[in-house]
Amino acid sequence: MGALITLQFLLPLLLALLLLATGYFSGRYLERKHYERIIAEETRPGQVMVFPSRLPPPSLSPPQSALVMGSVVISVDYFKRFIATLRMLVGGRLNSYESLLDRARREALLRMRAEAQAMGAKQVFNVKYETAVIAGRGAQGQVGSMEVLAYGTALIGQD
Amino acid sequence: MLLSNLEIVPGRKVKEHLGLVQGSTVRAKHVGRDIAASFKNVFGGELKGYTDLLNDSRQEAIKRMEEQAQAIGANAVLNIRFSTSSLTQGAAELFVYGSAVILED
Repeated sequence: MGALITLQFLLPLLLALLLLATGYFSGRYLERKHYERIIAEETRPGQVMVFPSRLPPPSLSPPQSALVMGSVVISVDYFKRFIATLRMLVGGRLNSYESLLDRARREALLRMRAEAQAMGAKQVFNVKYETAVIAGRGAQGQVGSMEVLAYGTALIGQD
Repeated sequence: MLLSNLEIVPGRKVKEHLGLVQGSTVRAKHVGRDIAASFKNVFGGELKGYTDLLNDSRQEAIKRMEEQAQAIGANAVLNIRFSTSSLTQGAAELFVYGSAVILED
C-alpha cells in the first residue's frame, strides 16, 4: 500500500523532471545551432541591403519593385517555459523569451532577404515587423510559440 | 498587379487613387499538426507546419486583396500592411490591406 502511494506521487514528479531535462538539453542544443546558422547567414558577403526607411532615395529609380516577406513560427522549450513561470512570480527580465524573439526576428529577416535575392534585388526598403502569439493547445494561455513576419519592398534591377 | 509597401512606386506616377482594399482569411490548425506542435513545445525550435500554414493563408489573403483591387480596375496596390490576430485557441486571422491605385505607364 505504502509503495503504491509513493509511486502515485513519484511518477508525475519523475515525468516532470524528465520533460524539464529534455527541454533543457534539446532547447540549448537547438538554440546554439540556430544562432550559428543565423550568424553564418548574416555575415555572408553579397547580402541584400535592408532599410527601414519609408522611401528609397530619389536617385534610385529601379525598373521594378516587388513585395517580399519572410516568416517563422518558433516555440520555446519546456524548461524555459517553466523558468519563465517562476520568473513571473518575482518579475524582472525574461531572458528565455528574449532570445526566442531575437531568433525569430533575425530568422524572419533572413528569409525575407533570401526571397529578395532570389528575385535579383539588391535593396529592400520600408521593412516592417509583425509579431503574433500562436497559442498552442497545450500552452494554457501562456506564450507557447511566436510568429514573426518581416516584409518590405524589394527594388529589382539596381546596382 | 504590382504590390508594394511603399507609398509611391519609384519612377512611376500614380494616375488615380481608388481607396482601401483588403483581404483576410481565418485559419484553424488541424489536429495532426497540433499534436506534432505540442511535442515541439517540449523540445523548442521552429514549428515548420505552422510556418507553412500561416504562409499559405497569407498568400490566400493577398490573393483576395488582389481580386478586390482588380474588380475596381486598379493595376497596383501600394502601402500594404499585414496584421495577424489569434481569435481563439488554435485559430488565427491573417489580414492584409493597402490602397488601390492606377499607375501611369
